[in-house]
Amino acid sequence: MSQSETHLSSPVSSDDHAVGPENAPLTVVEYGDYQCPYCGQAFPIVQALQRDFGDSLRFVFRNLPLADMHPHAEQAAEMAEAVGLQGRFWEMHDLLYENQRELGARALLSYADRAGANVEEVVAAIKGGEPRSRVQHDLESAIRSGANGTPTFFVNGERYDGSWAYEPFAEYLTSMLES
Amino acid sequence: MILSPGTAAPDFTLPEAPGKMVTLSTISSPVVLIFYPADWSPVCGDELSIFQAAGELFAQHGAQLLGISVDGVWCHSAFQTDRRLKFPLLADFNPKGETSKAYGVYRENDGISERALFVLDRTHNITWSHLSPIEINPGADGALRAVEALS
Repeated sequence: MSQSETHLSSPVSSDDHAVGPENAPLTVVEYGDYQCPYCGQAFPIVQALQRDFGDSLRFVFRNLPLADMHPHAEQAAEMAEAVGLQGRFWEMHDLLYENQRELGARALLSYADRAGANVEEVVAAIKGGEPRSRVQHDLESAIRSGANGTPTFFVNGERYDGSWAYEPFAEYLTSMLES
Repeated sequence: MILSPGTAAPDFTLPEAPGKMVTLSTISSPVVLIFYPADWSPVCGDELSIFQAAGELFAQHGAQLLGISVDGVWCHSAFQTDRRLKFPLLADFNPKGETSKAYGVYRENDGISERALFVLDRTHNITWSHLSPIEINPGADGALRAVEALS
């Protein structure tokens, strides 16, 4: 049941935000929305998996903002991408999930600053449109890959339809390692 | 049995809001029919939100999205407002499940629609259909590929 026949339409590449060795036996891709409460619940679970699977796991985050339902999601995603252009993506990603309840424009700029980015450059980058096109690119790849909600996880390129609560997810990853 | 590709799509007239009807045969574009079990169930919410997020990609091909369940119009309207869905949700409410039955996607024992997708071309022939396990949201990829294959 946790295995599906749905594959990642665009393979993980150097354009992705990734943590962990490129040759890790497990690659987990999350399509997430910064304003989605379920993604917020998944955030510490992913951190625990990263800690417990260590170098066996590479984690990739891609954007799937459900903008109509979550009015701040798209802006938060663009901000994370803009901060990412300065090499601070993960700092920003973590701050956004740690502060999900406050994602207004002013708060986003303060997180960018706390993440260690130059805020003026962040604002300029957003005006230039690259963060937006990155987010749209992720969104389209999510739809084409059969992402079916937020968060949607892909493990080694296959959509994971099982529970992403820590234990079942860790059990599944362990079984993938052993197979 | 779910209607398969090559079949003419059965026509229907269903309410999308109190007093506002939608008739399939009056729509002159490709159509994606999204049958789902019920408003408010978490899986359905995600399923429709994904179609909403994919709205632009479907719109590029002029495809009209229509959600269908056995919930009534007032329930649909509250659900639609809450999830900010911009495509119509049709009420297959009275006679209950009539349209779902015509498409072969009604669960008699449960009294709800299956989780099923149909892509209809401009002339409303079914070109693609998909029945998903009820607890698994199918995503929008299959329907999108089928719509793209029309043009």
